[in-house]
Amino acid sequence: MKLIKNSSGRLVPAEINGQKQIPFKGVNKYKPSGGKTKPQIKSCIDYPADGNKIVKTLKEALKKSGLKNGMTISTHHHLRNGDALTNILFDTIKQMGIKNIRWFPTASFPVHKHLIKYLEDGTIHHIEGSMNGPLGRFTSLGKMKGVGVLRSHGGRYQALQDGDVKVDIAVIAAPTADEFGNANGVNGPSASGLIGFALGDSEYAENVIVVTDNLVPFPCIPWQIQGNNVDSVVKIDSLGDSAKIVSGTTEVTKSPDRLLIAEYVAQFIEEAGIMKNGFSFQAGAGGTNLAFVLFLKERMKTKNVKARFVRGGSTKYLVQMLEEGLTDYILDGQTFDLEGVRSMRENPNHVNTSPFTSYNFHGKGNFASIVDVAVLGATEVDLNFNANVVTHSDGYLLHGIGGWQNCLYSKCTILAIPSFRDRIPVIVDNVTTLCGPGELIDVIITERGIAINPRRKDLLKAIKKSSLPVKTIKELKSEVDSICSVPEKPKLNRKKVVAVIKWVDGTVLDSVFQVIEKS
Amino acid sequence: MSSKLKKGFAGKRGDKVRSDCYVEVIPKESGGIIIEIASKVKPMFGLSIKKQITEMGAFFNLKNALITVEDNGALPFVIAARFEAAIKRLNPLEVKEFLPPMIKANFQNTSKDKLRRSRLYLPGNEPKFYPNAGLHKPDGIILDLEDSVSHSEKDSARLIVRNALRSVDFYDCERMVRINQLPQGLDDLKYLIPYNVNVILIPKCESGEQVVNTVLEIKRIKTENNIKSEIYVMPIIESAKGIINAYEIASASTDVCALTIGLEDYTADIGTQRTFQGKESLFARSMLVNAAKAAGVQAIDSVFSDINDMDALRQNIVEAKSLGFEGKGCIHPRQIQVVHEAFAPGNDEIEKAQKIVLAFEEAERKGLGVVSLGSKMIDAPVVKRAHKTMELALLNKKITKNWKNEINKK
Repeated sequence: MKLIKNSSGRLVPAEINGQKQIPFKGVNKYKPSGGKTKPQIKSCIDYPADGNKIVKTLKEALKKSGLKNGMTISTHHHLRNGDALTNILFDTIKQMGIKNIRWFPTASFPVHKHLIKYLEDGTIHHIEGSMNGPLGRFTSLGKMKGVGVLRSHGGRYQALQDGDVKVDIAVIAAPTADEFGNANGVNGPSASGLIGFALGDSEYAENVIVVTDNLVPFPCIPWQIQGNNVDSVVKIDSLGDSAKIVSGTTEVTKSPDRLLIAEYVAQFIEEAGIMKNGFSFQAGAGGTNLAFVLFLKERMKTKNVKARFVRGGSTKYLVQMLEEGLTDYILDGQTFDLEGVRSMRENPNHVNTSPFTSYNFHGKGNFASIVDVAVLGATEVDLNFNANVVTHSDGYLLHGIGGWQNCLYSKCTILAIPSFRDRIPVIVDNVTTLCGPGELIDVIITERGIAINPRRKDLLKAIKKSSLPVKTIKELKSEVDSICSVPEKPKLNRKKVVAVIKWVDGTVLDSVFQVIEKS
Repeated sequence: MSSKLKKGFAGKRGDKVRSDCYVEVIPKESGGIIIEIASKVKPMFGLSIKKQITEMGAFFNLKNALITVEDNGALPFVIAARFEAAIKRLNPLEVKEFLPPMIKANFQNTSKDKLRRSRLYLPGNEPKFYPNAGLHKPDGIILDLEDSVSHSEKDSARLIVRNALRSVDFYDCERMVRINQLPQGLDDLKYLIPYNVNVILIPKCESGEQVVNTVLEIKRIKTENNIKSEIYVMPIIESAKGIINAYEIASASTDVCALTIGLEDYTADIGTQRTFQGKESLFARSMLVNAAKAAGVQAIDSVFSDINDMDALRQNIVEAKSLGFEGKGCIHPRQIQVVHEAFAPGNDEIEKAQKIVLAFEEAERKGLGVVSLGSKMIDAPVVKRAHKTMELALLNKKITKNWKNEINKK
């Protein structure tokens, strides 16, 4: 495999799975030209005039879509760890004797470890999406046939739109749908909130199959997915385990150290002058993330400040803010608990969004850069503020990118992270895998102190009088190293790339190398 | 090394263990030292753990042995303590001590009347809580060798606490250790006194004699190790007898810096139960405050055990403060800030204290022997209390350092 050095000094393959690649050229340096991808023109003549596109079984729908060896099949992670459909889908593909599928999910979860046997027997050739948990381990050890490709949610939309990935069949899990293919995620026993992740696939895939366990008569309202893009509709008994699709409640962390980080985050947002009337922030569902929202909410109430919008990851805590009038809108990318689902169903100001509106880099703007402050996590950060979110310091792939890369474009990007986990320092000399260039990362907040990117002189100035423990990132690192000692580097086979990290513009930012297990 | 035991082992093992390890040493007739390491941080720290174990094996003159380490992200000071405990269980006659480096931050001193609003209890055998404890900014941390450590783990916990006193940065917190009940507690002291501990808590203290014995043993170890820094004791009174002897205890030595009370044991001792209102302990608490003040030491309240109810904690402290207590034990870091806020002086208090401090300084400037405010004379203890109030107000950010200038401007 030929490796070339990209602009961040990382070695990346010139070609992946037979497709030529463009190496990363720097933040905002690469501008594509040409047209978007063009799916075939379809005609009403080929679809039932009464709008009934029901096909009896998934197998039949796959056959009708012309499933062949080597095709690309996409799925979406609205059902999260409760997803039964993806596993059923690949059981069916295996039964049909089909091989070498490129699986193009929006994310994978531990429940998908069921698919490892299909990666082993060649049913699945490789994954382009996220390789979490057991799938990450499998990939890291170099066992996958092809090279994995990790993209952000926005990057995935970009790849669909630009034709980097041509999806042959999109299988969309729809908590509610009608026989025409209109679908939504807010109703039904497997309600997941929204299904915006499937939007791009419904527009650009050659064949679209909607699978539901809650079939309603036409029209299915609201239609988050439009039936006009759908080829067939399949009814099955159950899409999955509803308790694992959204949690009953999302709980705030009890860890005093993480609460301390969350308090610092809220204090920073206020004291840096970001928290003012009409501001906006991004929040997710991680333990620290939920907690900072609660602390920020108290500060907003005390200072009588109201947000214009919050970008979620919605949870009951964001819903409470909306209902108490502390924000005008929630612009929601995915719903994490039942309260979020209820609010989206009932409250027109709780708006469902998609990677197109929020994150797509090859569009006429997106929401991410409008947000005043985004609070994110990371597995590693280095002295230049570069960050890693997919591998751990031992080299193993463990997480997907999600919307993380896209959110880095906010006006102030904060990584809220513990300074070490177990004995493993989070601040390192060089990140194991580069996922986010340091020039887009503004503040690192740990329980031991806060480091502000020296590029952000404005923030350094704004926070001068604060009681926050502001340190340089070097100081933070040496403090943590004195506790943990400096870790050894993982043993990697630098000749074998097992996966690549795409930047939001489709260029290759970094490679993930095969891990050699130490004896 | 010779031993009748087949193996020595110490530490914690299992899936739920975090930031700790299990070490097993099996002596052999021949074959040299064989080290087997299973660690969830092995790719990053496998070599470092191996190096540490090899060095320690040589230090303890281990020639032939199978050493097994099951590690769940233990920091070096923990690995060292567990290994030493395993060696000493194998050979109780081993007297050598493997001391991790004493970090600079740990040479800090204390004073008798230091602010002691909050003290955070840390179980002696749970090192995972140590590295971040000081970040929550209690006035003091207490490494506990007594009730939180099971009898069979006392030896191992002593080594953990000793190593922590040397190697863990507690970020300017006063460093306290609760020793075991006497006489066992006296044996704990040699693991603590040479390593810059600031305060020793004496549990279930019932007499002045116990205080004297403890102080004498501390002095002996200090002399032996040429330790110059101040080390104070804080007796914990937890029985009816202790309460009756509270003044004797408080005044038994000038090294007593504070008295505190353990209400769980006290209420059990008088045959009642602890209630939220606390009527059953009103006598004991008042007696303790009175004895402490009579002896010129601080009075510090018991812990509050409901870690989820911050409103109740706040209420509880308002009451304690009104009785004369100056501090409170904390069993969870989230309690610390509440404790500090609740002990902070109110606005009226601050205003009054400001006037007194200014009047005092005015009198000093004019060389007057008597401080007066309006037509009232002000006694020295009142001035002292006003200074303390201002110190507390400053710590709680209720005033700034420049408050005098700000008042003058007005």
